[in-house]
Amino acid sequence: MSDIGAPKLVRAPALRRALAGTPWRRFIILAGFALVWELYARWLDNGLLLPTLGATLSALWSAILSGELPNRALTSLRVLITGYALGVVIAAVLTTFAALSRWGNEALGLLTSMFNPLPAIALLPIALLWFGVGTPSLIFVIVHSVLWPVALACYGGFLAVPPTLRMAGRNLGLSGGRFVAEILVPAAFPQILSGLRMGWAFAWRTLIAAELVFGVSARSGGIGWFIYTNRAQLETASVFAGLLTVILIGLLVEGVIFRTLTRITVQRWGQVQT
Amino acid sequence: MNVAPRLTGLAGDKASPTLLELDRVSISYPTSDGILTAVEDVSFRISAGERLVLLGPSGCGKSTLLRAVGGFLKPSAGEVRMNGRRIGAPGPDRMTVFQEFDQLLPWRTVLGNVRYALERGRALSRRDAEQIARRWLERVGLKNFVDAFPHTLSGGMKQRVAIARAFALEPALLLMDEPFAALDALTRRQMQDELLRLCEETGNTALFVTHGIDEAIRVGTRILALTPHPGRLAATFDVPPETRARGTAGFGELERRIQETVFSAPEIGHV
Repeated sequence: MSDIGAPKLVRAPALRRALAGTPWRRFIILAGFALVWELYARWLDNGLLLPTLGATLSALWSAILSGELPNRALTSLRVLITGYALGVVIAAVLTTFAALSRWGNEALGLLTSMFNPLPAIALLPIALLWFGVGTPSLIFVIVHSVLWPVALACYGGFLAVPPTLRMAGRNLGLSGGRFVAEILVPAAFPQILSGLRMGWAFAWRTLIAAELVFGVSARSGGIGWFIYTNRAQLETASVFAGLLTVILIGLLVEGVIFRTLTRITVQRWGQVQT
Repeated sequence: MNVAPRLTGLAGDKASPTLLELDRVSISYPTSDGILTAVEDVSFRISAGERLVLLGPSGCGKSTLLRAVGGFLKPSAGEVRMNGRRIGAPGPDRMTVFQEFDQLLPWRTVLGNVRYALERGRALSRRDAEQIARRWLERVGLKNFVDAFPHTLSGGMKQRVAIARAFALEPALLLMDEPFAALDALTRRQMQDELLRLCEETGNTALFVTHGIDEAIRVGTRILALTPHPGRLAATFDVPPETRARGTAGFGELERRIQETVFSAPEIGHV
């Protein structure tokens, strides 16, 4: 049989490719925003209400150099990752169960519709009662904030797997856990990925909020605690530095980890448009 | 009906042993309006080496029958037996090529799709599976595309991958569910020719579902025509090898005969 030839591709010129991307536009918007901030803060001239961008950055820099901010951030991230991983694992177990049995299916549907609208932070008082002031309470609310959106996304993804693909899998004699792991999960990966993304965003917000509500002990608090104590001491520039850190970490995870994950998986597989 | 060419459908090639047997199979399923009977009382046999085509208009239950043979759904009455044993679940001994292009795993490359199927369906080691997969992809003309992901391929190429995957598993019975129906006419013709060649080279037994008379004559050794609502066997046609070439007198004659017996609705074809 005659082979089908490979298609020819011509690359666009480098300059046009660079201009077609979005980074430079974002950079200009960001610079404009920074300029407005700086000018307005100078005009306001009230460091207690709104420190200048320069003051914020220098507070950020000294907090990083002193090792306080990195320590706080690490504390937060450690709690976050523990809770996130736990939430994802529980979500995986629940959805597997739901994909394989009618009872599991109903249970998951009921639980997600009940708990998904409940803000995780609203569970904090209960968590404090059950687990006391400390990391376990934080992990509890984070698990709650991750579990439901991830489970919902996974389950929706499983339902959306085309019947032909399911049959192709079963045709190979796959069933049970192997069918879920090797057919359903990769087939539903676009939805799972967006669920993980959403779960991450919820978890991060929930954590910072929870840390703001109760400070743990001064030594072991996270970024939320850093923001809270600095506000109490009227170190507004440091408060802003803390907020900036929250944003930066959020951006980093979203822009680096999740974007890379998207690029090497669903984008490569043609399951989402770029 | 006044036309009655060999209505039984039970006469296979008596020289070869029976591979698959459908014994008075009826299939019905519940819909919102009640229970719909898709197939009623269908019996036929497939002997080893045969290529049986189920031919009929849409609604005649031909795909439903194929699903039952594949083990994807259970007959509500009757039995489907393979080598004398009742068919329960789907399995790689009955590899199916579906009509839909999304039968390939989008997260695996062309090679990965075939290799994975071999690893799971035939329990081969990765190395052996890869070797066989490469050989089959070469046979269907996809040597240059082994590392491509399915979404970059045209419809015809995706079907080639599915065909390579199905043949590579060396199924006892190859099931084809209108595999070329979603292709353009030119590609379809080419694929029919290539499929015929692969079938003749391997001597694979196949059950092929289509609504195209020319396709049925081209790829089949025997044609079972079905009538719709509910699906029933209407007629059997043997396709002699010399009739298989397009444009020959025999091809046209058989095409006309099938057209007359099966597709002419009484109220139109009465005159």
